[in-house]
Amino acid sequence: MATVTLEKVVKRYGPIDVVHGIDLEIGHGEFVVLVGPSGCGKSTTLRMIAGLEEISGGAVKIGENIVNDLPPRDRNVSMVFQNYALYPHMTVAENLGFSLKIAKRSKDDIEKRVAEAAAILGLGDLMERLPGQLSGGQRQRVAMGRAIVRHPDVFLFDEPLSNLDAKLRTQMRTEIKKLHQKVKTTVIYVTHDQIEAMTLADRIVIMRGGHIVQVGTPMDIFHNPANLFVAQFIGSPPMNLAEGIVGSNGKLTLANGDVLTLAPDMAARVPEGTAVTLGVRAEDLAIDGHGRIGSHISTIKAAVNLTEPLGNESLVFFEYGGSEWVTRMFNPRDIAPGETITLHVNMESIHLFDKTTEKRL
Amino acid sequence: MMVSHGTRKIYLKWCRWIGTFLAMSAICIPGLWIVLSSFRPNVEILAKPAVWIPQDLNFDHYAAIFSSDPGQGAVPVWSYFQNSLIIATTSTLIALLIGMAGGYAFARYSFKGKDTMFLGFMLSRTVPGIALSLPLFMVYARLGIIDTDFGMILIYVALNLPFTIWLIDGFFRQVPQELNQAAQIDGCTPWQAFWLVEFPLAKSGIASAGIFAFLTSWNEFALASQLTRSTASKTLPVGLLDFTSEFTINWGGMCALAVIMIVPALLLTFIVQKHLVAGLTFGGVKG
Ligand SMILES: Nc1ncnc2c1ncn2[C@@H]1O[C@H](COP(=O)(O)OP(=O)(O)OP(=O)(O)O)[C@@H](O)[C@H]1O
Ligand SMILES: [Mg+2]
Repeated sequence: MATVTLEKVVKRYGPIDVVHGIDLEIGHGEFVVLVGPSGCGKSTTLRMIAGLEEISGGAVKIGENIVNDLPPRDRNVSMVFQNYALYPHMTVAENLGFSLKIAKRSKDDIEKRVAEAAAILGLGDLMERLPGQLSGGQRQRVAMGRAIVRHPDVFLFDEPLSNLDAKLRTQMRTEIKKLHQKVKTTVIYVTHDQIEAMTLADRIVIMRGGHIVQVGTPMDIFHNPANLFVAQFIGSPPMNLAEGIVGSNGKLTLANGDVLTLAPDMAARVPEGTAVTLGVRAEDLAIDGHGRIGSHISTIKAAVNLTEPLGNESLVFFEYGGSEWVTRMFNPRDIAPGETITLHVNMESIHLFDKTTEKRL
Repeated sequence: MMVSHGTRKIYLKWCRWIGTFLAMSAICIPGLWIVLSSFRPNVEILAKPAVWIPQDLNFDHYAAIFSSDPGQGAVPVWSYFQNSLIIATTSTLIALLIGMAGGYAFARYSFKGKDTMFLGFMLSRTVPGIALSLPLFMVYARLGIIDTDFGMILIYVALNLPFTIWLIDGFFRQVPQELNQAAQIDGCTPWQAFWLVEFPLAKSGIASAGIFAFLTSWNEFALASQLTRSTASKTLPVGLLDFTSEFTINWGGMCALAVIMIVPALLLTFIVQKHLVAGLTFGGVKG
């Protein structure tokens, strides 16, 4: 176990900076997820920590040591790759024991630790198979086993679940979480799937274009997104948006002419005349007669485009303010496309973002 | 419709067999004819009309070329064989070593002039060897390495290297780069990562590149016939010329020597054929 610290870490490919001096502190045994859209520098950051990518500027520390100039083998980190990177010419047992063999451990020691890792991940019957004879989920498990036999200071995961089908992904997600609870090693986990980030992380690090946009617990980020980008990125279905201007007496006038009444503390916070983007999560909207929300409510009307029944609830899509909005309907009834519905907006949990800076107000 | 479907299947099956048979015949019959001729007396070989069914099979030609009397058609087979073996093996090993280093570098690293170099390699293959023989002869004469094993090894390494690098580059490309990285994280030095992970995965391909290099050197005639002259470095293909004299060609002896030349190449190919097939149908290296 160890802490990992990034200080002004820069990655440059030729003249192009792809990671722009990021700072991050990761505690002992913490599970940190780096999340962000494709190409934002997540993998690059992870690989700089692993030692697979040269660090162009700043410092990476594992524990108290600056590891910038250490090769991967001297950093005592393990990594699970997206396509597993199991050694195809070695059996599962040999794959698991490879790092120990390189470290010249005794045969008994290797056997003991391989058996231990195999037990944790339920690899018992597969030990003599070659990777080519395993299913995707089994390979994934072997890759994790190979990472844990070494008792590393830090686990690094680069999108380890993205090659699995949806069901297996959910299952392995749970296993990774259980594994972390068992071994309590520091984990840095890269994904572009916000649900994975929400479910696994102690803390989420949201990246965009080589910058860190926000760091926080999943709940913190969900409820207090730092800006429009984070608000859109986290949460499913994505946040509903509309443009508007804050008027006098805490009135919010939307581009389509509707007027909403802001909750008092928000009205006090946001100066009159500010051009804003309104963000409302599906959960903070209720169709009239299908649940009540909050005490500060504004009411809007809209025409339904489409409903998606999910069983105990439906997602209802409707046209509002020039874009498509969505809400959850509990105890769903049939709604015909084109039907006009009345919706209540929970004004206490809406978000306002400055239209130009996109920062949350 | 149903009935004709069945007959059509049988018909197609026969067509396939006949096609395969014809193709194999075209490839094999000349070779078999050489083997057969090496055991037949010259009169039978040269008979007109051709004698298809051998009447008299014996080892006379072999006895003659291994005898000590040049008048009987003896040739220094053992020297030629030794030269061929030394030259082909050494040049193959050197080509493989350099080829592995070069192929790996091409597959894994980007460096200045990489594409140009690669193109250069391929272009060098377009120059027919025979066109080089005169300039080579002059250079070799100046250097005093005409009629030496060293000279032949040098030229064969140069001849084989572009293709060897190209092949090996392809095989290393098929080994995912993550495997090397995983090995390094597992504690390997880059050197260990290469020998313990990447080399074992590419070795079938490297073996097949080796076969190609060996066979090229073993069978090469055009350059060898210019650059060798005595038992010091003459190889088996050049040795075949010993059977031609001003007025006659000793076909039987030539066939016998040709068989002696073919057998080791066939044996080697058989021994490594498992690797060869694995190498040529590569693509299964996925973690
Ligand atoms: N070898 C390279 N040379 C130049 N640019 C590179 C190189 N490798 C990566 N990049 C660039 O660096 C940026 C970050 O890449 P990175 O792989 O870290 O993205 P990522 O966040 O992991 O994305 P993804 O979710 O698609 O894996 C990208 O814009 C990419 O184009
Ligand atoms: Mg990535």
